[in-house]
Amino acid sequence: MPAFRPPHISPTEITPRDIYLSRRNFVGTVAAGAGLSVLGGSSAFAAALSASPGPYKLDEKLTPKEAVTTYNNFYEFGVGKEDPSQNSGAFKPTPWTVKVEGMVGKPKEFGLDEILKMKLEERRYRMRCVEGWSMVIPWIGFPLAAILDQVEPLGSAKYVAFETVVRPEEMPGQGGLFQALPWPYVEGLRLDEARHPLTILAVGLYGETLPNQNGAPIRLVVPWKYGFKGIKSIVKIKLVEEQPQTTWKNSNAREYGFYSNVNPAVDHPRWSQATEQRIGEGGFFGTKRVDTLPFNGYANEVASLYTGMDLKANY
Amino acid sequence: MLSIPALPRRYHAASIWALYVVGLCPAAWYFYQAATGGLGFNPVKTFEHLIGIWALRFIILTLAVTPLRDILGINWIRYRRALGLLAFYYVVFHFSVYLLLDLQLNFGAVGSDIVRRPYITIGFACLLLLIPLAVTSNNWSIRKLGQTWVKMHKLIYLVALGGALHYVLAVKSVTLVPFIHIAAIGLLLAYRPLRKPFLNWKRGKTRPARPATTT
Repeated sequence: MPAFRPPHISPTEITPRDIYLSRRNFVGTVAAGAGLSVLGGSSAFAAALSASPGPYKLDEKLTPKEAVTTYNNFYEFGVGKEDPSQNSGAFKPTPWTVKVEGMVGKPKEFGLDEILKMKLEERRYRMRCVEGWSMVIPWIGFPLAAILDQVEPLGSAKYVAFETVVRPEEMPGQGGLFQALPWPYVEGLRLDEARHPLTILAVGLYGETLPNQNGAPIRLVVPWKYGFKGIKSIVKIKLVEEQPQTTWKNSNAREYGFYSNVNPAVDHPRWSQATEQRIGEGGFFGTKRVDTLPFNGYANEVASLYTGMDLKANY
Repeated sequence: MLSIPALPRRYHAASIWALYVVGLCPAAWYFYQAATGGLGFNPVKTFEHLIGIWALRFIILTLAVTPLRDILGINWIRYRRALGLLAFYYVVFHFSVYLLLDLQLNFGAVGSDIVRRPYITIGFACLLLLIPLAVTSNNWSIRKLGQTWVKMHKLIYLVALGGALHYVLAVKSVTLVPFIHIAAIGLLLAYRPLRKPFLNWKRGKTRPARPATTT
């Protein structure tokens, strides 16, 4: 067999670097535009949101918007990372109401209009997934405490329980033979965690209302905990006395705990939590890995919530 | 009995080489996609998972050769070595991606993964078990080892079981795609102890019908 001979290409045929790079930019821009128009077509909700810059400055490179909106875990729309962006087109985030009830003086149902009138802030937070990857996301939202204050929790309330909407007709992962989890997805926080100023209800990201795949129209963001604590598309918030059920702990209590604080010293039984991969950086041949920080880098703000607790036992 | 037109003998060797080429296409295609940004924002993990699933698929195809012949009478035994070797290549690719691109030659992390994470322990054991099978997958070894070769290559059953277990333990929940692969391996392994009784029963059935009672 004759040996392979590389084809002869004259140097003049090779496109100069700056030109092929600008061609990539052009293709990228067009692709992004196409992506946006698809999003715009699928969500009746996408709209610009104005927000004042909030506290907690973060000098880290933001994860590209396209990565934030196409690399998602939202099992209600499928278990693949791209499933939520591809399968959430039929989801209707408007109209929407969030019931806040339980051990409160003034139970209340919040309409989306009222929620969007809250004092919105931009919060740039690190987001660390329990699977070992992370992003930096500019959320728009308001402290969960602002809503809790309005309903006046009773002294006996110790925890806050959250619930995601169940709409199998709009969320393909909630129907069919093989469902990843029992629905509704439920999560919970201790009341002091819920009232912590870092804890927000997000209604947008990157200056716009939340895309369906990111938990439209309203989701929880608790930046010092693993991402799955950030329950999406919330319809119910209930103040309770006992530690509430949480979906992943119910599904596998050995691997997922109630607290789920980001902790590089406590490995997930199936993988190390010492480092994390920054999504959208480095590409195929140069994955960017950074050290995972205790409480995801928010130890100064939140470590005092857990004084005296064994964080290895309360993972 | 199903019958498909037999491939003329002179094309056998070429068809086996074609199988190698076709079999390596998914790896080449996904590599190209990953390198050019076609596999999303976590191309390493996506590529690693796709290659792993293809390794399982070639193990499934390898295990399917015998029941296909027993039950449907399709004899593709000449492709079994290629299928088994393709499975081995994909397992090697899968591990290489994990070692080079995912953990970036952080041998400490690889070592502690292998020791401490059961699914990685199992996966790595399967890779090791496949090495002697790949090394002895040539005519000379088959002649030389005789019955030992036959016994030794039954290790593929253990590898298939390990591969299925590795997959179940690696996913966060067993949805349709993992279920299909695991069920296929389960069925193909379950067939093995049933094979002898099945062949006996079949032989009995196809024996020329005895004349009806004569008296």
